[in-house]
Amino acid sequence: MITKRIIPCLDVRNGRVVKGVNFEGLSDVSSPVELGKYYSDCGADELVFYDITASAEGRALFTDILKEVAKTIFIPLTVGGGINTLEDFDRVLKCGADKVSVNSGAIRNPGLIKEAARKYGNQCVVISADVKRVDGVFRVFAKGGRENTGMEAIGWIKSCVQNGAGEVVLNSIDTDGVKGGFDLEMLKAVSDAVNVPVIASGGAGCSEDFVTLFNALPKVDAGLAASIFHFGEVQIPELKKILRENNINVRL
Amino acid sequence: MIGIIDYGVGNLFSLKSSFEAIGEEVFVSGDPEALSKAQGLILPGVGAYADAAKKLGDAKLDAFIREYVKSGRPLMGICLGMQLLFEKSFEYGEHEGLGLLKGQVVPMEGKISSDLKIPHIGWNGLHFIRNDCELFKNTSEGDCVYFVHSYYAVDNEESLVCETEYGIPMTAAVCEDNVYGCQFHPEKSGKVGLSILKSFADLCK
Repeated sequence: MITKRIIPCLDVRNGRVVKGVNFEGLSDVSSPVELGKYYSDCGADELVFYDITASAEGRALFTDILKEVAKTIFIPLTVGGGINTLEDFDRVLKCGADKVSVNSGAIRNPGLIKEAARKYGNQCVVISADVKRVDGVFRVFAKGGRENTGMEAIGWIKSCVQNGAGEVVLNSIDTDGVKGGFDLEMLKAVSDAVNVPVIASGGAGCSEDFVTLFNALPKVDAGLAASIFHFGEVQIPELKKILRENNINVRL
Repeated sequence: MIGIIDYGVGNLFSLKSSFEAIGEEVFVSGDPEALSKAQGLILPGVGAYADAAKKLGDAKLDAFIREYVKSGRPLMGICLGMQLLFEKSFEYGEHEGLGLLKGQVVPMEGKISSDLKIPHIGWNGLHFIRNDCELFKNTSEGDCVYFVHSYYAVDNEESLVCETEYGIPMTAAVCEDNVYGCQFHPEKSGKVGLSILKSFADLCK
């Protein structure tokens, strides 16, 4: 049967990975190529590169580095950050990305997902949603989680999937950074509502949080995290061993 | 040199890079004249079957590929490229393929449990039906590879090499004489995938 995916996410600014990473044996801890290779060798099932650059110069550096990554690492690569137009899709796909993740771009331009799915196929379009509870209702946030759009999240994610998004990354702002486990309630609501892969993001603090996620919500396909991997709090080979011991099917 | 057939569907960057990473020379071309000099050919492809089949025909690559295969040199189809090796597909209608292998391509919808998501996307294990295909000389039972597809090949017992389980057993790879095909993406399947590409390159020497 298909395996559950473990996905490290790397934030990139001006072509360099941000957030200090601390791995022995890496000569350049902020090189996306070296870090990507490190994760790929560890057994990461996919990599997400998120471009948090604000300038055009930084964006050009990002695409250069993406090409280098794609020449070195032969697992699926998802790219997000600053994707607002079909040209942005084109730009990163040409550099070797397999999937493109849209967030604020889809909020600003609801037609973007439909156009991109028609041109590149649903499997290529990932909707990444930052969601937070406001007075008991799940709301979509924009601009890296800073701005409440007022849109109800489940309905909005469903409409993105109807328009052609082939995967959903659900990032719970409520659990993000807390390291107390994934937002099971929010993830259940989303995975019950759509029939495309759902990737859980936000809240993982230890290996057991992934075990709990996949046991509680068999419909969730993947777990994504950043800092716990970067700081070595969770090592991917060890995590996969623990998942396997708990009868969760993973690629070893 | 191995030729990667460029007929305007899909991104060939990773495929080209993966051969380069294992030290094999490749070139990308849509010109039958140039491709005819290759020691082996890769037929890639993502997207819709009808569109891909039409583009192959418009570029006169369909006739070229059939002739090329007669020369005995290896051809490998990847993903949609594998599906095009068969006689026909029922992806939105009925469309003719290259007819190099017996079999047809059908939708997963209605054939697998409705709990399972379509496309079948992610890493899944290989189960070998035959162990005599040179492409998999360094691949083991249960090795995981990366799939992205909504349609799968059936009625292909003669060429079937290995399957993957997604609700039901599904064709993962095929081989008959010098024609090879992988439903999964070896260029996105880590070390296992690179070893399969390396085996293909060895077959071309």
